[in-house]
Amino acid sequence: MIVKQLSVFLENKSGRLARVTEILGENNINIRALSIADTTDFGILRLIVNKPNEAYKLLKEEQFMVSLTDVIAVEVPDKPGGLAGVLKILEPYNINIEYLYAFVEKSSNNALVVFRVEELEKAIKILTDNGVKVLAGNEVYSL
Amino acid sequence: MFRNREEIKEIQLHRLKDLVKRLYERVPFYRQKLDAIGFTPDKLKSLEDLRHLPFTTKQDLRDNYPFGLFAVSQEEIVRIHASSGTTGKPTVVGYTRNDIDLWSELMARSMRNAGVTSRDIIHNAYGYGLFTGGLGFHYGAEKLGATVVPVSGGNSKRQLMLMEDFGATVLTCTPSYALHLAEEMEEQGISRDRLKLRLGIFGAEPWSEELRTKIEEKLKIKAIDVYGLSEILGPGVAMECQEQKGLHINEDHFLPEIIDPDTGEVLPYGEKGELVITTLTKEGIPLLRYRTRDITALYPEPCACGNGLIRMDRVTGRSDDMLIIRGVNVFPSQIETVLLSLGYTEPHYMIVVDKKGALDQLEVWVELSEQFFSDEIKKLEQWEKKVEGELFTVLGINAKVRLVEPRSIPRSEGKAKRIWDRRELK
Repeated sequence: MIVKQLSVFLENKSGRLARVTEILGENNINIRALSIADTTDFGILRLIVNKPNEAYKLLKEEQFMVSLTDVIAVEVPDKPGGLAGVLKILEPYNINIEYLYAFVEKSSNNALVVFRVEELEKAIKILTDNGVKVLAGNEVYSL
Repeated sequence: MFRNREEIKEIQLHRLKDLVKRLYERVPFYRQKLDAIGFTPDKLKSLEDLRHLPFTTKQDLRDNYPFGLFAVSQEEIVRIHASSGTTGKPTVVGYTRNDIDLWSELMARSMRNAGVTSRDIIHNAYGYGLFTGGLGFHYGAEKLGATVVPVSGGNSKRQLMLMEDFGATVLTCTPSYALHLAEEMEEQGISRDRLKLRLGIFGAEPWSEELRTKIEEKLKIKAIDVYGLSEILGPGVAMECQEQKGLHINEDHFLPEIIDPDTGEVLPYGEKGELVITTLTKEGIPLLRYRTRDITALYPEPCACGNGLIRMDRVTGRSDDMLIIRGVNVFPSQIETVLLSLGYTEPHYMIVVDKKGALDQLEVWVELSEQFFSDEIKKLEQWEKKVEGELFTVLGINAKVRLVEPRSIPRSEGKAKRIWDRRELK
């Protein structure tokens, strides 16, 4: 149920993001979802790709500061209150969400939300017990 | 090896008298300077009289560029070296045959004292050329009877291959290059056990005790500090012994003093100040009271190694490229010490000084290290704050820490360039 997310440290200067996407493109790696969190000086690019291990290796070779982070991807109904419903499930269990970002699944009416939480296994159990669909890594990579 | 300080002083006085006489007779620049204060060579009676004589500065060498301070005819000069001249014309020095022999002898003496023997294979990665580092070590090692690999700087991959294949036991280069080689080894997955290195002699730039520890751990060697400057000789002015407790100055040839850089007043032993050196025996370009701009202190107490030559502290910075930020003195080595104490194993950093309005602004760019990387912004910001806090404790002023990408700070194969002072450009 765990999805491998690439986290890449990028200085805020022109061409760095372009370089990452270029490397992935040249190597036939497809980006499923991405988000950038930034400060004035640097940003962290978070990526879900179809071949995370390969992408990690390629970026590492190009001297990028990159890591593979465990996240979970949850299917959320693509309608008003969809995300709220999922968050409400987690609320009583003190699961702290470090960050999240969402993308829309092409093949269905659902949205996917990527969660980064500290207690990963616990969150997965709570969500599945409550009938929320948590996607496996392969399901996300092959979307 | 000297055991008796009186013996050293006797030699020094004898040689100093001869030096002043030579300078007075052969170098118009010095004759004018000495005449101006009414000093004639016969007035020199004791070593203490030296403190009444004028200093020589780097500017004096520049003003007399290129050969104006030479004390012999060009025919007697067998080699010329020069400093990089980053701020204008280089400073040029010339060596007679005797100077080269002396240089080799002093390097051999120092290296022997540091633990090098004729059985060693020396991988000499100091630059060869006008810079004195490469050839200084080269001649010294040959004089000692060791085997020299004159590899010079650059092409680290090949350097590692040669070190392994030739079985180098001693590495000589700048400390930043030693660290660079260690990193390169890790990157290529070369196990340290494939190398026979046991000793390194590093210098030509100020470095910290913490950096020494890092290099010693990573390369599993004993790291020895060497000091020298082309104006005086090159490497071989001073070097540590196996005790690693200060650098023994070859003071029977180079008479050291410590002065207050502002007043020029001579400071007592043990006090920090600017190192001033008088070359007692050099022929090509002998210098009287040359201001090195290097900050150190002198210790005449006997060393556990048994060698009576006076010792100097590792150089903590230079009195001229020391940064003054909002009135506070800042040495790059202080920043390096902070980073290493926080667990940075590869302290690649750059000090960037700017002016914002009237205020100086200090930024320290630090390459993000693997161990501190997180996918969470808040953790990275906490890390920046932590480094900033430590820097404030040590420097007494605020520095903004800016994490930058690995390998984004230029690597140097020679002297590391740590300071980017943008105030002057505005």
